[in-house]
Formats: sequence, C-alpha cells, structure tokens
Amino acid sequence: MRALTCGDAAVLFEVETLDEAVALAAAVRAAELPVVVDVVPAARTVLVVTDPGADLGALRHTVSELPVAEAAVTADADPVEIHVVYDGPDLDEVASLTGLGVDEVVAAHTATPWRVAFAGFAPGFPYLVGGDPRLQVPRRDEPRTSVPAGSVGLAGQFSGIYPRATPGGWQLLGRTAATLWDTDRHPPALLAPGDRVRFVRVDR
Amino acid sequence: MLATGPRALLQDGGRPGLASIGVGRSGAADRGAWALGNRLVANDGGGASVEVLLGGLRVRAERDVLVALTGAPAPATIDGRPMGHNTLLPLPAGAELALGTPDRGLRTYLAVRGGIVVDEVLGSRSTDTLSGIGPPPLEAGATLPVGPSPRAFPLVDVAPVALPSDGPVTLRVVAGPRDDRLADAGALVATTWTASDRSDRVGLRLTGEPLRRRDDAELPSEGVVRGAIQLPPGGEPVLFLADHPLTGGYPVVGVVRDADVDRAAQVRPGQSVRFRLA
Repeated sequence: MRALTCGDAAVLFEVETLDEAVALAAAVRAAELPVVVDVVPAARTVLVVTDPGADLGALRHTVSELPVAEAAVTADADPVEIHVVYDGPDLDEVASLTGLGVDEVVAAHTATPWRVAFAGFAPGFPYLVGGDPRLQVPRRDEPRTSVPAGSVGLAGQFSGIYPRATPGGWQLLGRTAATLWDTDRHPPALLAPGDRVRFVRVDR
Repeated sequence: MLATGPRALLQDGGRPGLASIGVGRSGAADRGAWALGNRLVANDGGGASVEVLLGGLRVRAERDVLVALTGAPAPATIDGRPMGHNTLLPLPAGAELALGTPDRGLRTYLAVRGGIVVDEVLGSRSTDTLSGIGPPPLEAGATLPVGPSPRAFPLVDVAPVALPSDGPVTLRVVAGPRDDRLADAGALVATTWTASDRSDRVGLRLTGEPLRRRDDAELPSEGVVRGAIQLPPGGEPVLFLADHPLTGGYPVVGVVRDADVDRAAQVRPGQSVRFRLA
C-alpha cells in the first residue's frame, strides 16, 4: 500500500487490486477515526478525506496498521436485471476498439453478471466489475458535456449507468428506463456495493 | 423572492460522509463567507443561506428579519437606501432588499437570522448542481421560510474581512497525487491561467498553454477532493469546487490548500489565476 499526498486535508491510499481497495475502505469506515470526514474507494485507491488541520502523518500510520478483512461479496442473492436498449452512440467505437462486432459487444455485455464494486461519480452511479474482460475500453478523449439519464456505458474495467444527465466520458452502449436514484426512495440508490447485476437486451 | 439574478441557490454546510452512496458534500462554494454570514446573525450550527451569483437578487421581508450579506460585495439597498457589506442589517416587514452587480467576486451570501428552513434532503438544504440533490434553484415568486430565532444574540455588527480580489489570484497548491503524469512538473506553477466562462460550482475551468502529459496511460478512476486540479486530455486544468464529482478518471496533478479553495470559488471569468507550491 502506498500513501499519496492529496492536498492538506486528505490522503490517497493506493493498493494493488479493487478487492483490496473495497476492503481497505470498509476497514477505515469501521475504525470511525474522528478526523475522517469521508472515505471514497475506487478501482485501485481509497481516498480518505479529513477535517482541515488533521495530522495526516498520524492518519497514514493509523490506516497502515488497520486490520483489513476480505471484501464481502453478496454472491448468493439473485442478480438485479437491468433492461437496456442497445442503441448507444459509441457502440461502433466499442466494436472497433474491442475487435468484436456490435452484436458480439451486446452479447458480451449481457452474458456475464456484473457486481457493484462501489458508488461514485454521481449519486447512485454504480461502478460494475466482473463482466466480460474483452469489454475493457478507454474512456472517450473528450468527455461529453451532457450524457442522458439511463445511459449505460463502459470505461476501463467497469460498466456503469448514469442515474441522471451529467457530463461524462464513458463509451455509451445503450440506455435503460430503470430509476437508479430517487431521494424519496429508501434506500435512494437502486444498486448497493456487493449487488449483482445482469443486463438484459430489450427493443424499447 | 422578487428576482433571483443570474442564479440563486440555497446552500449550507453540505452533506459530508455520504460517499458510500455516491453523494458528494456540496454546500456553500465560499465556505468562509457563508459561515461569516451565519456568525453575524448568530445562527448556531450554520443555517441555509442564499448563494447569489453576480447579484441581481431582490427579496421582500414578510416579517421583521435580521440579515447579513457576505462574500462578493454586491451593492445593496433596502427600500433604495444603500446598505453595508459584512454587517448586520435589520430588514423590516414589507421592506425590499435589492442587490446590484458586485464589482469583484462571484458569489454573495444572504444569511437570515433563523436560517432558511426548506425541507432537508439527506441532512442538508444545499443544492448540489452536479447530482441534482437538494432544493431546486430559487425562482422569482417563491417564498422562503425562515426558522425560529436562535437563543444566541448577534455579538458583532460588522466583520472586517478581506473582499475577494479583483486582480490576479494566487492559490497555494500541494503537488500530487499524480504530478508524475506531467511532462514538465514546473509548468503548472509557471503558467498564468485565465478563468473560463464555462466555470461553475463543479469546477473552475482554466485556459492557457495546455500542460503536456508524460504519457497517455489510462488512470483508473479515483477519489477527488475539493481543490483538486484535474488534467483532462486537452491539457487545460479544472480546479474542482463544491459540487465536484466524487471520483475522476483524469490525473490530479495538484491540490489547492483547503484554506485557499474559497478564494477560487470567487474568481470571475477572465480573471488571472496562478499557483504557488506551498
């Protein structure tokens, strides 16, 4: 584990794998350190945000000593089905980047269940992992200024779903009518870390 | 609410600690100015205030209230009489408070004794413009409910604090976490940047000689903080403000010191910005 400087009120911890990151984030949350304001896990990192003026050297030491358990995966539950119309603007680009045909891209995206690693980017935005490894594509060079709500995309090792219209740089495969986020619903997010997801192709 | 100006939002201290459900902190863009307003009207805990972009706000009090204006010094009048900035202002029932356009800074805060008490969303009354969480932007014709007066009484009438700069702004920055992605590590601080008119509460977008990356290797998305200076492929940095995304996929080459981020939130389009390693 490497601790990277991230300004004067946070430390970015870098680990080897996504599972390590998810487990480290859980350990930091469980430790309930008083100076910690928030914990943001991602693919290879855990960002620990503190109050201004916190002793970041002490924080680095404390986090490096934390007991880290294996990441919990709720593999037993049935996957959540997400219906997708595969008519996204980047389908051809993804086909060309992966060397697959458009139909093969869709088949690969729907064949293997995905798992929610963490939420981020926007409320209820699930970072999904564990899908077909052939679908790893870089994000777009120039992000779009607005990606429509329900857009289903790919970036790096992840698939994701935009809960609402936001700027974004993911390669868009299609769209879903599912409501990913609703503040009046409990819980507000449709998908929680650990949940499994299966994409289902629909015509409209 | 008689007029909002270009944009008026409710803001408080935001929603800390909700990253696990993908919710960012949001809250007042200039936290110091927001907190000062609440101190002047003696709101304990920090009530919701109106964050006014480039003046233009007009409100009429339905009952006697105490207010304070902080942040960008928009010229203020009550029923046509000029009023002070960073000071306690009694606004009698029926009186109209109007803000002109500030000559410096972007965001003026209207604090009200008792705070503005619309329904909270996930523990806060802030509008998060990126996620859409919180109350919608304010509109003319709306009525803003004011909460009960706190127990404490205002102790100071006026706060002598520095106004936002109308000249070049220098922000202290800590290098990293991904400064190793820069072809020339010194270029960030050597460049005089110009604030773009595409800036908003998500980020201050800077224009200038693009920074070159050492390589275009993809970086897995990682958590970003308020104050992070992110480098998209185009090479012109974005300095993240209150409504920044929780994670980003472009390298963060430096982070503005927490105490300097409020000043970044007051930089106007066209203003010069420099970074200094400190």
